[in-house]
Amino acid sequence: MVERTPILDFLTYFFLILGVVIVGFPVLYTIIAATLPLEDVSKVPMPFMFGDQFLVNIKAAWEKGNLGTQILNSFIMATGITIGKITVSLLGAFSIVYFDYKFRVIAFISVFCTLMLPVEVRILPTYEMAAVNFLEPVNYLVNLFSNVELELEWNLLDSYTGLILPLIASATCTFLFRQFFLTVPEELCEAAKMDGASPMTFLRKILIPLSKTNIAALVVIEFVYGYNQYLWPLLITTNPKMITAVIGLQNLIPQADDIPEWNIALAAALLVMLPPILVVLFMQRWFIKGLVDAEK
Amino acid sequence: MIKRSIFKSRGLPYLLILPQILVTVTFFYWPAIKGLLQSFMVTDPFGNRSKFVWFDNFVELLLDPLYLKSVGITLMFSFGTAFVSISLGLIIAAMANRALKFKWTMRTMLIWPYAVAPAISGVLWLFLLHPSFGIVSIFMKKYFQVDWNPVLDGGDAMTMIIMASAWKEISYNFVFFVAGMQAIPKSLIEAAALDGAGPFTRFFRITLPLLSPTLFFLMVMNIIYAFFETFGIIHVITQGGPGGSTNTLVYKIYQDGFVGLNLGSSAAQSVLLMFLIIGITVIQFKYVEKKVQYTG
Repeated sequence: MVERTPILDFLTYFFLILGVVIVGFPVLYTIIAATLPLEDVSKVPMPFMFGDQFLVNIKAAWEKGNLGTQILNSFIMATGITIGKITVSLLGAFSIVYFDYKFRVIAFISVFCTLMLPVEVRILPTYEMAAVNFLEPVNYLVNLFSNVELELEWNLLDSYTGLILPLIASATCTFLFRQFFLTVPEELCEAAKMDGASPMTFLRKILIPLSKTNIAALVVIEFVYGYNQYLWPLLITTNPKMITAVIGLQNLIPQADDIPEWNIALAAALLVMLPPILVVLFMQRWFIKGLVDAEK
Repeated sequence: MIKRSIFKSRGLPYLLILPQILVTVTFFYWPAIKGLLQSFMVTDPFGNRSKFVWFDNFVELLLDPLYLKSVGITLMFSFGTAFVSISLGLIIAAMANRALKFKWTMRTMLIWPYAVAPAISGVLWLFLLHPSFGIVSIFMKKYFQVDWNPVLDGGDAMTMIIMASAWKEISYNFVFFVAGMQAIPKSLIEAAALDGAGPFTRFFRITLPLLSPTLFFLMVMNIIYAFFETFGIIHVITQGGPGGSTNTLVYKIYQDGFVGLNLGSSAAQSVLLMFLIIGITVIQFKYVEKKVQYTG
């Protein structure tokens, strides 16, 4: 800061607080609504005072929305995507950076072509394949290159595999690990080879410990990404026991002819949005690192 | 790029890259090719018969006023969202950068909306902006005599989804602007101050031009966010309505493909969208090159 004038300082803090209020207001309003009884929340306008029904509403939301099962599903999905993506891309990047082989460049290019194309663009064919038989390409390729008639079938509807697997196909993490591996000093690998370490030992004992902060950063980003998915879980799950919390929330929103139980719907919304917010707040340092790294 | 010091192994690198290739081929290339084929065909709604029709689907789309309207809506929506969230993020970041005390407290209070699922952001804003009891619509009616009704008025509905989408994205832009501002050398600002430039002149003549790569990058990222990740917001709040006034390209693909079962047209829309995104990506890569020249 170059100069200090009381007026500028005042304006700075005024606008900052205004910003925090703008950002926080929708959630504050939601929290208030979630503490009110039904007759208060349906008043026009709704009283801007905390009520005493918070726990009652939370309990009602938990039971009515079957939130226990749904939040668990969301957790499994988010964790699966996080672990899957990081494992797959760590191994892939290791292969691309530390080995020289015939199809290395082709593998590299074919993976990175997918960098900017999210699942929403190819949603219909992906859904058709996942819902009928996602081993179709395997069958096709085996039949093409050999005489074996392979007819494997596996559909992914209403399963955790179905929620997780298609969303692992993304190149962002691989790209990030590749960039990081390229900055690791050459001497480390030479020294490890001199000491007779196998590639996997090098990966386990040196590369992974070095990538710790990158992994932590990606854990935050991918967990939030997985937990908040909407279009894919909406399509791939039909069984109420398999839907995720973000999808299930919609059933609690009062429609035109329902009793306007917004207090319960909003209490549910608060519960559902809490886990990723906690992850971001408690892992703030890694979150910021992940955000800035992942988009380079 | 590859390391100078590498491992030698015949099978291992293939084994390591295999999971990545498998998920990419199964959930990316296979559906993409199928989608491409489908876009050249007409299929009856039961999926029994299909006919190869060359570019008919594309021609039909490009002549369809509804599709062109959807393109316009998507552009308006994504630029609107990007403008609102980037300008708010920039103002708040500029203030936070000035404030010496509480910088990190402010950051904590501003970053958490990133973790809120778009669909939940939709629920919160639906409650705030509801035509009959939302606090904003009551306020508008009372003080401005404006009859705010996003259920009936297309413009109001568009404003509503822009607000719900932009709100969540402010924190993302904020993080990048703060990072960008901290990278600007203090000496530049001090030199300008010595030459008599006031805080506003310094902001517009020094900070903002030096932030232009960040600004451009955020433009691209926000537009891509508005294209794809806002599906949940639209699905919860407006479902493309009223009268198709919030029917963005991704929502239309979902509507035509999964609700209307017009597979050929939906696939052709996906292909067109894919080209659009590839175009944006190419522009972004060009910008990345520029950024390298800029700093180096």
